[in-house]
Amino acid sequence: MVDQKKIRRFLKPAIFILSLCPLLFLGWDAYSGSLSANPISDITHTTGDWTLRFLLITLAVSPIRRITGWSSIIDYRRMIGLFAFFYGFLHFMTYLWLDQFFQWGDILQDIGKRRFILAGLTAFILLIPLAVTSTKRMVRWLGGKRWQALHRLIYASAIAGVIHYFWLVKADLHRPIRYAVILGLLLGIRMWFAYRKRRSRKKIMIGRVVTESD
Amino acid sequence: MTIGKSDDIKPSEITPERLYFGRRRFMRRAGSALLSLSAVGLLSETILSRNASPPDDPVIKPKSPFDTDEKQTPYNDITTYNNFYEFGTDKADPAMNAGQLKIEPWSVSVEGYVKKPRVYSLDDLLKPFTPEDRIYRMRCVEGWSMVIPWLGFPLKDLIKRLEPGSQAKYIAFETLCDPQQMPGQEQHVLEWPYVEGLRMDEAMHPLTILAIGLYGKRPLPNQDGAPIRLVVPWKYGFKGIKSIVKIRFVDKQPPTTWSIAAPNEYGFYSNVNPEVDHPRWSQKTERRIGEFYKRKTLMFNGYADQVAGLYAGMDLRKYF
Repeated sequence: MVDQKKIRRFLKPAIFILSLCPLLFLGWDAYSGSLSANPISDITHTTGDWTLRFLLITLAVSPIRRITGWSSIIDYRRMIGLFAFFYGFLHFMTYLWLDQFFQWGDILQDIGKRRFILAGLTAFILLIPLAVTSTKRMVRWLGGKRWQALHRLIYASAIAGVIHYFWLVKADLHRPIRYAVILGLLLGIRMWFAYRKRRSRKKIMIGRVVTESD
Repeated sequence: MTIGKSDDIKPSEITPERLYFGRRRFMRRAGSALLSLSAVGLLSETILSRNASPPDDPVIKPKSPFDTDEKQTPYNDITTYNNFYEFGTDKADPAMNAGQLKIEPWSVSVEGYVKKPRVYSLDDLLKPFTPEDRIYRMRCVEGWSMVIPWLGFPLKDLIKRLEPGSQAKYIAFETLCDPQQMPGQEQHVLEWPYVEGLRMDEAMHPLTILAIGLYGKRPLPNQDGAPIRLVVPWKYGFKGIKSIVKIRFVDKQPPTTWSIAAPNEYGFYSNVNPEVDHPRWSQKTERRIGEFYKRKTLMFNGYADQVAGLYAGMDLRKYF
């Protein structure tokens, strides 16, 4: 137990700093002028990429836990998930500010007309209740079951996020496909676990019926 | 609510002291947040708009009536931010991967309804022409733009020398197809080779040029379409086919790569038009490379006076 605490004391800040690195590098590149000729587009793409990556990392936590048995990895999931929200927020702000300059009329038109914007917006909005209910107090207030049910929204958000990526690229689908495959694996593994759980439950039930009739 | 005695106010409506002071604290915090936000804004604007070009960047003096006197995009930006999928789909890919393209020797095959169809060496093809500077706006379909001082010559001069027949209604171009030199062609992102085309009157328009250099110098950097490329400044950038190896004079509208890939998104004409949106994004505004704020996109990319006549009576929504 003491060991676990020690590990956490080290690992938590380490993951925090690591998770900030994409932003720090982006900031440094912007400051030192090593972004491309279109820095605003670089910022948009970098923040968007990292939102998706953090969503996928968040979704990888519980399968890793199931497979490796490293149960305390769950302690880091909230922070990683909040980083997904953080980069999503930056991505969203980049759009609102640097792309649209808060021209609300244009933004509304954009959302109505362009499905990739709508998909991205959906992905982000779905993350808001998850970020809001991420505190311990909120978990307690909601109760574990309801909290868990609510946080399944992350699946919808990640799917919307990958669709957003698919719909925005011009011709080269390699990268969105890569994200879709990883997301498919992460969701598929959950379905497999759920299936096995149900089957074993059924077996227990059948077993019980058999013993009762004995 | 009616005005009544003070005990009409329910205890639950009274703001607790904690929240009352919380409000003040909130205002203070909001104030400082706003201040730091505007500081961030100012800083970002200076960092992200790199208006000062390197001092050693040459400036080409506008001479021809077609030249724009707008600030020219730095050479470094023109040569590191490219869409040239033959070398990869990222903007930085062409500059990194185009080194393997061998532009010498280079030949161009002239085919179709033309008096002297044959394969020309690039030198033979270019011999009769004196290259001149042309400073054009370039508007990419993705919503960014540059001002580029090309070195080239009018396509119409070449067409006249080649003497096309009366059946030649269109002119079709083809890019080199050689995955050895163009590693991006190993991926089936688009149909290779890249093909483009113009209606004959568009091709004969004095604004239309074949470019062979940049900032007054030959050759073109490989990533910008060496050794010879098309420039049609009133159309979206992808119409400007690069590294041309074939010119065909044809009687029917030729297929074009992007409209093969997505016919509902890219038309044959692809004239810059702020009124007709790309299905997935607006074409009303553009970001000029090096600028922070977006600017309004102009009809025919600002060349309406010269070219609008080519499309008189045409429904530009239908023929996008």
